[in-house]
Amino acid sequence: MVRVLVNVPKQIAANAPFDVKVLISHPMESGQRRDQLGQAIPRDIINHFICTLDGETVLDADFFPAIAANPFLSFSVVAEKSGTLALTFTDDHGVTQTELVAITVT
Amino acid sequence: MNRLPALAVAALLLIGASDRRSGYDDASPDTRAMQDDDAANPAFLWVQQGEALWSEPAGTTGKSCATCHGDVTTLRGAATRYPAFDPQRGRLVTMEQRINLCRTDHMGAPALAWDDDRLLSLSALVGLQSRGMPLAVEPREPFLSEGAALFRERMGQLNLSCAQCHEERAGESLGGSVIPQGHPNGYPEYRLEWQGLGSLYRRLRNCMVGVRAEPFSPDSREAAVLALFLAVRANGMRVETPAVRP
Repeated sequence: MVRVLVNVPKQIAANAPFDVKVLISHPMESGQRRDQLGQAIPRDIINHFICTLDGETVLDADFFPAIAANPFLSFSVVAEKSGTLALTFTDDHGVTQTELVAITVT
Repeated sequence: MNRLPALAVAALLLIGASDRRSGYDDASPDTRAMQDDDAANPAFLWVQQGEALWSEPAGTTGKSCATCHGDVTTLRGAATRYPAFDPQRGRLVTMEQRINLCRTDHMGAPALAWDDDRLLSLSALVGLQSRGMPLAVEPREPFLSEGAALFRERMGQLNLSCAQCHEERAGESLGGSVIPQGHPNGYPEYRLEWQGLGSLYRRLRNCMVGVRAEPFSPDSREAAVLALFLAVRANGMRVETPAVRP
């Protein structure tokens, strides 16, 4: 389990875009560095991120190296009604983690 | 008598109180924006971990931080007073050392290493409670004078003192970076260079390695008196913990 912080506005207006901000604690090792013995450090990044709102995809992204550790994502979502955002990401070890965030549309 | 040492130190300072600049003021707009928005500040990943650790029992006594301290908000202002003199031990303790003393004395848990994420998490959580408050560290002698002397002592193969960069050349450039005045008002802080959270000790260690000196050990008197001098030098500046720096 990696640490994740998700931030959404407390009050969201229907059909108006709002910002979702996500911080994920992850080393995002690029695979291009070498350790003190000259051995390549294996790549270990989050390679896929998908965000759904009540099952409907709102963001689907492939990640590549050259993203800093502890990546910060910010994207806009439009919602018609209250629901649950599901943020799912997969890293190079194949570990998948999902964070659920309830949003309240007024 | 008590005021004299403080006055002596004030007279030694080249940077006047009104000219003091937090590292925040020298950071780029992007870096400042990261610090301004708690949702974008990666240090809050550690704060989150600290909140979990706060009420998690550790050690043989089965106590957690919350057992004695209650809610962490009761420690508002605590971080403005460190490093502080511990009368029982007759020495200075930093915030990280205080947390470790709590662990060994009251919780029956082993001390955490200086660069342990759990220690940094707790120290960030406690520091955050004092955010926005002015630093108010006691200018305790003889530690303060020792720290002031160390600040001006040339060290390492490059034969540089702290003061030569962070006082005489503060505001000028080292490579492409602005040399900050070196105020410890945001620790533990997230450094983009480190891609992680680090303590003031880590910063001192990096500086010392940079001038090719052998770093002080984390629990040494030298590291503590230097931290005290820096804190007293920054007294009155606002706590920014957890800050973001380049």
